Amino acid sequence: MTLLSVENLHVRFGALHPIDGVSFSIEQGEILGVVGESGSGKSITALTILGLLHLQGGEVDSGRILFNGIDLLRLVERERCSYRGKQIAFISQNPMTSLDPLFCVGDQIAQGLVIHLGKSWFEARARAIELMRDLRIPNPEVVYDQFPHQLSGGLKQRIAIAIALSAEPRLIVADEPTTALDVTVQAQVLHLLHRMTRTRGIGLILITHDMGVVAQICDRMIVMYAGTIVEAGKVEEVFTGPRHPYTRALINCIPRVETQPGALMAIPGIVPNVTDYPPGCRFHPRCPRALPCCSILPPRTVECGDEVSVACHLYDPSDWTLS
Amino acid sequence: MTALVEIRRLDRHFEVRRSLFARAKILTAVNQVSFDIERGEILGVVGESGCGKSTLARLVLRLIEPTAGSIRFDGIELTQLSDRHLRRLRPRMQMVFQDPYSSLDPRYTVEDTLLEPLSIQGISLARAAAREKVSELLSTVGLASALARAYPHQLSGGQRQRVGIARALVLSPDLVVLDEPTASLDVSVQAQIVTLLESLQAKLNLTYLFISHDLALVSYFCDRIAVMYLGSIVEILPAVRTQPKHHYTLALMESALIPDPRRRRPTAPLAGDVLSPFAIPAGCAFASRCAAATHLCGVERPLLKRYDQGHLVACHHPVAACKSSPQSHFQRSTTDDVYRPYG
Repeated sequence: MTLLSVENLHVRFGALHPIDGVSFSIEQGEILGVVGESGSGKSITALTILGLLHLQGGEVDSGRILFNGIDLLRLVERERCSYRGKQIAFISQNPMTSLDPLFCVGDQIAQGLVIHLGKSWFEARARAIELMRDLRIPNPEVVYDQFPHQLSGGLKQRIAIAIALSAEPRLIVADEPTTALDVTVQAQVLHLLHRMTRTRGIGLILITHDMGVVAQICDRMIVMYAGTIVEAGKVEEVFTGPRHPYTRALINCIPRVETQPGALMAIPGIVPNVTDYPPGCRFHPRCPRALPCCSILPPRTVECGDEVSVACHLYDPSDWTLS
Repeated sequence: MTALVEIRRLDRHFEVRRSLFARAKILTAVNQVSFDIERGEILGVVGESGCGKSTLARLVLRLIEPTAGSIRFDGIELTQLSDRHLRRLRPRMQMVFQDPYSSLDPRYTVEDTLLEPLSIQGISLARAAAREKVSELLSTVGLASALARAYPHQLSGGQRQRVGIARALVLSPDLVVLDEPTASLDVSVQAQIVTLLESLQAKLNLTYLFISHDLALVSYFCDRIAVMYLGSIVEILPAVRTQPKHHYTLALMESALIPDPRRRRPTAPLAGDVLSPFAIPAGCAFASRCAAATHLCGVERPLLKRYDQGHLVACHHPVAACKSSPQSHFQRSTTDDVYRPYG
């Protein structure tokens, strides 16, 4: 069953259009990876789903975001609040800044239970400690009364996950949840996130720049570039046969232990700034396989079977006549 | 010929005071570190944040003073040198910093930044020669010479880091210390910078000390790898494809997120967090997280011992050679039954 679907979303910041026609959906209990470099619009997509876009000065131009059949974009702020935190939770990139330094971490978890589920603080405390135990936080009774500055980065991010899980949401949006963590702790937190969402049937939108994160825990993925989706599909499909030249380049530019010296493939150039997106396909100035039509016509999204879709002229022969 | 850099029993402690009147606590950032950097090699140092790798990078160039120990650069003992003599050696050892946003002076143009090291060394060039030098340097690092007049805010992160590299090359150094030069860049730009560093090393016959938290990157880029944990070197791998013998190195390798869905890891290889550097245990610093730890590990600190051809390991119970790395952790997994295998 489709949990959330984003349909042809356009977002505007003044005269700039950082999100230009983005569509995707996520099933119940599914983990969807959203990959892209900085400036690809992945965080803005997250903010739009959460209804926090106006805080950054952006507004939705057109499009729909359907959550269980209800268009979130048409709700007034008060109705929105009954979704945010309760049905749709958020985990931010940096646990150092997302936790309130003045409250003990346990109360920050319990708060969600009190506000959204109407529990008493006494009940909420017991439930929060249970949740912390599920997240393998050592000595949860002690940690409950500690403050964020007393905890390590990995523990803080676990608290952030506990807060997100507290009101039993249907969907969690996690924006780079492990980027600020160390390698060994990153692996722990990712596995935890995977286990918690799987066992509870929660949908997870995992925003990341790291192809490794996507390959390790996601079911499906979308690749974003300069405010558009260039490729989407099942993770195994996309990794075994990346179709869009950008996806391929993004996979090849990650060094692996077995990469031979000199074999690392860099992508020339840089991600274009939102102020000057090139015409046609936005990747064409950096693309090794660009056709003449790529600089004129934006590519259509075509289905390539096996639930993979790609927005590239190479897979849409009808456009070639243009050149 | 001796090694370019010889580090022996290097220590660095910091005194940290929580408040003005509190008793100072001792933070051990670098603890009895010894290693050599051979001429023309790339030595990688990996470790997690707080393991002392950046402190080590600064110590090697004596940008900060060691608490104890010896640093010899080309046979010259750096710790005994006066500032004046040290400055004369500076052209031979340079550094590229982690954050290209804060390591460039915002009020200097690229040209000013690149010429500053020359003026510090008392080398004055005629205007035309200086301009020539700058454009030559810029082309070496793959930047257009028109950027000489640009200010840092006009450059992208990748371009700034190229300027940082060019600045390190102005004085034609022997040794370049690279402190996480790609940590704040996008993956596609990281690959550009790494390929640039590779080609420069070959072209200019440089020696690199490459600091990073990314074992896959270090394995790709370096000749030898030193692994640090809580201020100490726990293992030095003589080549990147050597099977690690220290349990921490193994865990670090298995924690790397491989961009291949067919090679998913069913569990995280390592539980727990790094200990506080304020209270380094008497025994092995890794014992609290190590599955192979015994009573001995808790009481006696293992010393770096030579295994074969330059492979050094500090572990009482090194990983047995026959054990192939990923499988062992599948068996050790406890609860995570919900992970489905690939397919």
